[in-house]
Amino acid sequence: MTPMIALRGHVRALSFKPFVLFASIILFLMVMIALFAPWLAPTDPYDLATLDLFDSHLPPSWMSGGDARYFLGTDSQGADIMSLLMLGLRTSLTVGLLAVGLSVLIGLTLGLLSGYFRGWIETVIMRAADIQFTFPAMLLALLIGGLARSMFPVNKQESSAFFIVVLALGISHWPHFARLVRAAVISEAGKNYVMASRLAGRGHFGILFRHVMPNSLNPVFVLATMDIAFAIMTEATLSFLGFGMPASQPSLGTLIKVGYGYLFSGEWWVVVFPSAILIILLVSVNVFGDWLRDRLDPKLR
Amino acid sequence: MTASYLVRRLGHAFLVIFVVSLIAFQLGEVIGDPVTAILGLEAPESARVELREELGLDAPYVVRYAAYIADAFTGDFGMSYKAQRPVADVIVERVPATFELAMVALIISLSVGIPLGVVAAIWRETWWASALMTVSIIGVSLPTFVIGILLIFAFSVNLGWLPSFGRGDTVMIGGWSTGLLTPSGLAALIMPAISLAISQVALVARLVRAEMLEVLRMDYIRFARARGIKDRVVHFRHALRNTLLPIITVSGIQIGYLIAFAVVVEQVFQWPGLGTMFLSALTESDIPVITAFLVLIACVFATINLIVDLLYAMADPRVRLSKG
Repeated sequence: MTPMIALRGHVRALSFKPFVLFASIILFLMVMIALFAPWLAPTDPYDLATLDLFDSHLPPSWMSGGDARYFLGTDSQGADIMSLLMLGLRTSLTVGLLAVGLSVLIGLTLGLLSGYFRGWIETVIMRAADIQFTFPAMLLALLIGGLARSMFPVNKQESSAFFIVVLALGISHWPHFARLVRAAVISEAGKNYVMASRLAGRGHFGILFRHVMPNSLNPVFVLATMDIAFAIMTEATLSFLGFGMPASQPSLGTLIKVGYGYLFSGEWWVVVFPSAILIILLVSVNVFGDWLRDRLDPKLR
Repeated sequence: MTASYLVRRLGHAFLVIFVVSLIAFQLGEVIGDPVTAILGLEAPESARVELREELGLDAPYVVRYAAYIADAFTGDFGMSYKAQRPVADVIVERVPATFELAMVALIISLSVGIPLGVVAAIWRETWWASALMTVSIIGVSLPTFVIGILLIFAFSVNLGWLPSFGRGDTVMIGGWSTGLLTPSGLAALIMPAISLAISQVALVARLVRAEMLEVLRMDYIRFARARGIKDRVVHFRHALRNTLLPIITVSGIQIGYLIAFAVVVEQVFQWPGLGTMFLSALTESDIPVITAFLVLIACVFATINLIVDLLYAMADPRVRLSKG
């Protein structure tokens, strides 16, 4: 089956599930907005020269006192909430995708090594995974994020935040991938074609990367899709707690953290809009991931 | 129960606690200098050396680790840099708040989630069961802190029905401060417990449904139906009983999640528990508190895992007889 036909099959299956279809369209739109955010955003909220304090604390444009220029209102600095949301969405998605990429990279490498070579390598790696599994990944990410931050001098904390968050999220979730890949590799490595290529004189790494890895990737792909929601949610949580993205480069979680301070003074729009966008993003990623899992790998439940 | 299984699981639990305590203790070496933390940057060198000796920081690493563990067994986890009080005291006074929050949330998530999962599995063909599953996906996707904020927005800011922070009035019962016996304590518990429980309810329902579906597909269920046994008996006597096994595991995982996300909920509601203590220790690099918290959490998680494994093995002989 060529990829094009396979894709068409998936698209046709999608049209039978209206809710999944709806979520997929929303997800697609959000990814597009995130991708082109710098050009789509009505204003540049980080350009301090364009901010006007007279425009601060404005409610959404449809409420009394609202300004037509700022559809979703402004924050305490006079920054346009809609622009902040678009750029925040971009940051949240970027961090989430890179973090999952890092988890896959670590998990795939360690999973391949332990599944192919077995012996003490497998014992050490899987024991480490077991120990890490004892802790909920969220707590671990929080711990790594919080501790890594305090290793940097205060003036470097903001600029290094992005890497710290990606690192914390990536490290906290590798065991899931390592276990999955190891199991796939063990079943794959026992097959005849692997034996045959070894007899033909291929080296370990040639077999590992040319034969075993490509055949173990399907479940990894499914888990990675599901994992994006986890990564985005955990990043938002870290940022809300003050151990994630800084206010100078806010993700949706940072925007919620900042907006939470204004909830009690009645400026609900600063916190409710980023919360809503975050929820919509997570629901559509999860609905899409769930559907993809049922399609590609019904066993992985 | 075979002895070797018990020994293996115990060994694993101790390994977890050992490795975590080693890493947690190592943190003090890598992050921050306690001498600077206590005396400040301006202190003279002589005072620094004196304090360093007084704190025992000049001894070799292994000696200090051994001393730390030995002290920990007597309940001495050192002094909090920030609070200038024994870490053990700080922890002990904050345990009740977190424990009550997590337990109430656990009761909610199991008592709502399990029945939902069971009915969604039994009547899986109906439209409302699939609607339930769609709602549960939304539930799983809700970040805990966002639920908390939206609840505060609705019930504290707009309606003014419930308090947005704190624990309300507490009563001391033999060294345990409980908020469950006063009206304000109960009112303060409602929103934090619900924020913590919502996504767990959805998670439990999904897990229980998946397990129950698995059981319903098995041969003995089909034979039971073929023998003409009533649906109600098949579902609740034959199927549910075997679904209860995985539910033991689910409850174990639940407690872990609840402890992790209690940290977040406590921060939203300024709940005076272990979570807010841990977060402020992280912010202020209060290493003794962080280390003690990690060791404590490792013990809790290792114990939960051990209990779950043993219960599981007692209920299912296949587990304890296979190499696992």
